[in-house]
Amino acid sequence: MRKDQSLGEYLFSQGVSRRGFLKFCSATASLMALPPSMVGRVAAALESARRPSVIWLSFQECTGCTESLTRSHAPTVESLIFDAISLDYHHTLQAAAGFAAEEAREAAMRENAGKYLLVVDGSIPIGNPAYSTIAGISNLDMLKESAANAAAIIAVGTCASFGGIPHANPNPTGAVSVSDIIKDKPIINVSGCPPIPVVITGVLAHFLTFGSIPDLDELGRPKAFFGQSIHDRCYRRPFYERGQFAKTFDDEGARLGWCLYELGCKGPTTYNACATLKWNEGTSFPIGSGHGCIGCSEPDFWDKGSFYRPISAGLWGSREALLGAAAAGAAIGIGSALAARSRKKKAVAEEAKSS
Amino acid sequence: MVNIMSALEGIAVRVEAASGNITPLLHEIRHALRRVAQGGEGTTIDLGSLPLAPGEEKRIEDLLGQGEVRAELNALGPTVVQETRYPGVWYITHRNTEQEVVARFIEVTRMPELLLAQSEDMRRAVSELDSKLPGGNRDVGHDDH
Repeated sequence: MRKDQSLGEYLFSQGVSRRGFLKFCSATASLMALPPSMVGRVAAALESARRPSVIWLSFQECTGCTESLTRSHAPTVESLIFDAISLDYHHTLQAAAGFAAEEAREAAMRENAGKYLLVVDGSIPIGNPAYSTIAGISNLDMLKESAANAAAIIAVGTCASFGGIPHANPNPTGAVSVSDIIKDKPIINVSGCPPIPVVITGVLAHFLTFGSIPDLDELGRPKAFFGQSIHDRCYRRPFYERGQFAKTFDDEGARLGWCLYELGCKGPTTYNACATLKWNEGTSFPIGSGHGCIGCSEPDFWDKGSFYRPISAGLWGSREALLGAAAAGAAIGIGSALAARSRKKKAVAEEAKSS
Repeated sequence: MVNIMSALEGIAVRVEAASGNITPLLHEIRHALRRVAQGGEGTTIDLGSLPLAPGEEKRIEDLLGQGEVRAELNALGPTVVQETRYPGVWYITHRNTEQEVVARFIEVTRMPELLLAQSEDMRRAVSELDSKLPGGNRDVGHDDH
C-alpha cells in the first residue's frame, strides 16, 4: 500500500468489491467492540483513512506480545489492518539491522513528527541503563527520544503497561512501565500477558478509523475491552450465583464446568475481554479450558500470591486491600459502578464466610 | 489432527454450563422482528460480543433453524447468509480466505444489506461493460449512471 493512498483506495485497487469492504468494516467494528450500528461510520472513516507510521520498540520483554499478534488467527481482517499501517521499525520483524535499522527509526520520526504512533512492549529498566540497550542506546533514552514527537503511545502487554514480570519482586533491574516515564503523551495500555491479539489490532483499527484514542479506564486501558471483569462476562457466572464451585481440578464440579472461584480464579478482580473474544480462533480461554484466570492484565499480578488460592482466602491481603483492588479495577461509568458495588458486597460476604 | 480431536472428545467432561444468555437473545430477536414487521428499522446482533458457554452458539443455530433462503458470497473469503426458520431473521457467518470465522451476526431485517448490489460496484460494472462494447456507452443511448 502506498503512503499517499487511503485504505479504501488501496482495497479497491486490490480488487476488493464494495461488498467485501462492507464485510471488512463489519468485522473491524466487531474487532473494535463497537455496536453493529456503527458499521456505516467505520466504513466512511476507513475509506478515507491514511496510512499512519508506526514505530514499535521492544524493551525488557519475551516477544510473547509480538508472537500473539503475528500468529493471530484472522489473516484477512488483521493483516489488512496491519497492511494499513506503515510499520517503520520493529526489531523482530524488520529486515534491516544495525545502523540501517536505527536510521529507519530516525527517518520515520523525522518525516512523521507529531503524527506517528509509538508502540512499546516490555518494561524499562531504570536501575542501571546497561541492563537493556539497543544499538548502544539505553531503553530509557530510546523511549524518551521516540516518544517526544509521537502522536500517541500504545503500551502493549502488562510489562509495558504496568512493569509486568520484570517489575515483580525483587525487581532486580528497577523495571518500570511506559507511563511511569512518559507523562505528556496519550498512552493506551493494552495489558495482558500476552494481550489478546484482537485487542491489539482493535486499538490500531480505532486509531486508524477515528484518528483518536479510544475511551480509557483509570488504568489507561480501552474501556471497550477492559470495561468489564472476566467474572462479569464469564459463562460460568451462573454457577457462582448458585454457589456451585469446583473444589479440585478433577472433582465432579470441575467435570460439570462449575465456577473456579475456590480454585483461585482471579476473574472477579481482573478486567479483560478473554471471556468474549477468547483465544485461538475464538476457541476458548483459560476458564473455558478448566483453569482459573490468573489476572495477567492487572498490575502486579505476579506478586499477589498463589494463582490457586481463592481471593477470599486473603490472597489480596486484607479485606480493605481486596475491596480497594476491586474498586480500582472498576471502569468508570454507572454500569461498571453498579457492578463494582455488587462485587464489593459479594467480596465482603465471601470474606466473612471464609473468616 | 482428527485422531487427537476424537481422543479429546473422549475425555469425560460434561459441560452443563449455560450462560443464561440464550433466552434474553431470543427475546431481543422477537422484539426486533416485531419492529421490522411493523415497518420499523432492523437490528444487528454481534454474537462475538455475547459471553456464551461452549456449545451455545450451535444451540442458537439449532434453535433458529434454517429457512427458505441461503446465499453464499465470496468477498474477502466466503460469507454465508442463512435465513432462519423465522422469516426476517438471518444468521450471517463471515469467514476469511483461510476459512476461519471472523465474525458472526444475527440480522433482523427484510434483506441483509450485504446481499444488495452496491452502487459503487454497479458503477464500476457499467464502466467495464462500456469498455468491452464497441463504441462505449454511446451505443447504449442513455446515461450510464
